Amino acid sequence: MPIHHDQLIDMVDKIPTFQESVHRILALTTSPDCSAKDLVQVIEHDPILTIKVLKLVNSAYFGLSQEVTSVNHSVVYVGINTIKNVAISVATTGALPKTNKAGLNMNRFWEHSLAVGVIAKLLAEHKGVGKNEQANYFVAGLLHDIGKVLFAHFIPADYQQVLQKSEVEKIPLHLAEKQLLGFDHSEIGAMIAEKWQLPTDLISSIRGHHTAVEQEQTPLSLAIYAANQAAHYLELMAQAADNGDQYALSRATDIDNSLPADVKTWLGWPLSEVSKWLSNLDEEIDKALAFIDLSDGE
Amino acid sequence: MIINLRGVRGSIPVPGKDTIKYGGNTTCIEITTDEGDKIIIDGGSGIRQLGNELMKQLPVNCSIFITHTHWDHIQGLPFFIPLFVPGNNIDIYGSFDPVYMKDLKTILAQQMEYCYFPVRESELNANITYNNLKEGEAIQVGSATVTPLLINHPVLNFGYKVESNGKRFFFTGDYEPPLNIYLPEDEGYIEYQRLIDQQKQILTNFIQDVDVVVADCQYTREEYLTKKGWGHGTHDSCIEMARAANIGTLYFTHHDPTRTDQELDRIYQEVMSREDLPSTEFYIAKEGTIIEL
Ligand SMILES: [Zn+2]
Ligand SMILES: [Zn+2]
Repeated sequence: MPIHHDQLIDMVDKIPTFQESVHRILALTTSPDCSAKDLVQVIEHDPILTIKVLKLVNSAYFGLSQEVTSVNHSVVYVGINTIKNVAISVATTGALPKTNKAGLNMNRFWEHSLAVGVIAKLLAEHKGVGKNEQANYFVAGLLHDIGKVLFAHFIPADYQQVLQKSEVEKIPLHLAEKQLLGFDHSEIGAMIAEKWQLPTDLISSIRGHHTAVEQEQTPLSLAIYAANQAAHYLELMAQAADNGDQYALSRATDIDNSLPADVKTWLGWPLSEVSKWLSNLDEEIDKALAFIDLSDGE
Repeated sequence: MIINLRGVRGSIPVPGKDTIKYGGNTTCIEITTDEGDKIIIDGGSGIRQLGNELMKQLPVNCSIFITHTHWDHIQGLPFFIPLFVPGNNIDIYGSFDPVYMKDLKTILAQQMEYCYFPVRESELNANITYNNLKEGEAIQVGSATVTPLLINHPVLNFGYKVESNGKRFFFTGDYEPPLNIYLPEDEGYIEYQRLIDQQKQILTNFIQDVDVVVADCQYTREEYLTKKGWGHGTHDSCIEMARAANIGTLYFTHHDPTRTDQELDRIYQEVMSREDLPSTEFYIAKEGTIIEL
């Protein structure tokens, strides 16, 4: 069943390029003097994005008393800064296929992706990364596993076997992928990010989220690696707490102990310590999920 | 209705010899209705002293309305002693943050996280309720009605209108009238201006004939040229607001932290000597000013 590199490229080609506007929004908004006019233009040129932004602004979360009917109106009403943030959230969660036949649980997929996004952003905040750049950490976390969606969407039968293998043999998914397909989701994920022309360090953070690379790591790569492990750690600890699952507990401890030295140094703490100040993570994720629900459906 | 200005400074508290006359505490306004209902708008550093005074008569019952969660509007809350005392009843109102998907309680709890402050939100022992307001949704506090209107600032900011026994008061919170993002020669200019005018008209209608307005006036005309989009008003924007809505009295507030007493006086004189002022009475907001309506 190993897939060819050509096949991989073929899959990447089929992913929609809607992300052009996401990329432009990210590029615009990472510069501190982002012009409101340019931002409005980018949103307006993408009808889907426009509808989603208006839908969110008109939702109960904003609780506005007038109906917002245009992007310009939304900027006058709630301010450019708010619309900028709304556009980033909406744009980054809207580009992916919503269902698959491989049996990849999409709800769990999003929950994990969001957890990594939120944790990465919190780590960035904690490390004193600037507000503007924190959005990149969130996006990188949100997209780090995007390759899984591609596999599940384009080679559902093969991917089903991969999922089963990982389940039955109790091995990490990326190892099952490597053994059966010859590639893992981090590689194809990085290719998608490349196609979307996302920032270089964002691409390499996706590529490296399962491999502790020897070469110089960027803070973003370190954060995504750490956030991914922290999310797994928390999930296993929750399992252990729920039903006294000893196996989950030992795997969680394993994850903590086998954290690569550079990640550990960067983090400064063991994962068990990190998880202490992530106590309201569930709440954060629930709230962020609202954005995903909103981008679903139409 | 009695309005007591407990903090009139923007951005950061600035105690010192240059701010003795107008005060150094950040935003907090105390309103007492004729029936004795207590309404507090914003929890800048000015709320600390207010809390100490309220503690003289227990239990404390009050409603705190937060315009927005910028630091200078909430930084005094962890030092508002009535929050810690069992038996006090405190209702806190404000906007849900739809960008970070955080409600008021989460925002305030994070403010009290251990690294900043030695007491946790869960250790506040008063009976506290947190209420996320919707724009235009009127809240009844005893005899008074408090209504929020969203007005422009880099984050969602509520201006609050307080009405009781026929008396009406409005506080802008932090407010910069929206600017046209297009140049006059751009295609979108006229349409955008129409939307701005529409939004301004909504504010004007909302505060028409209000007795007293306290309004953000951080910058002078000259300073504003380099501070556009920072989210604060000027004397000109306040004067226009007062004129359009036929306001009885307007207090300039949210003084820039670098502003000395002397400068405030000098600027005020300059503004008051302008021709073509509306019939509104204009004053500089001063910590400790008591307005009786
Ligand atoms: Zn302020
Ligand atoms: Zn502010």
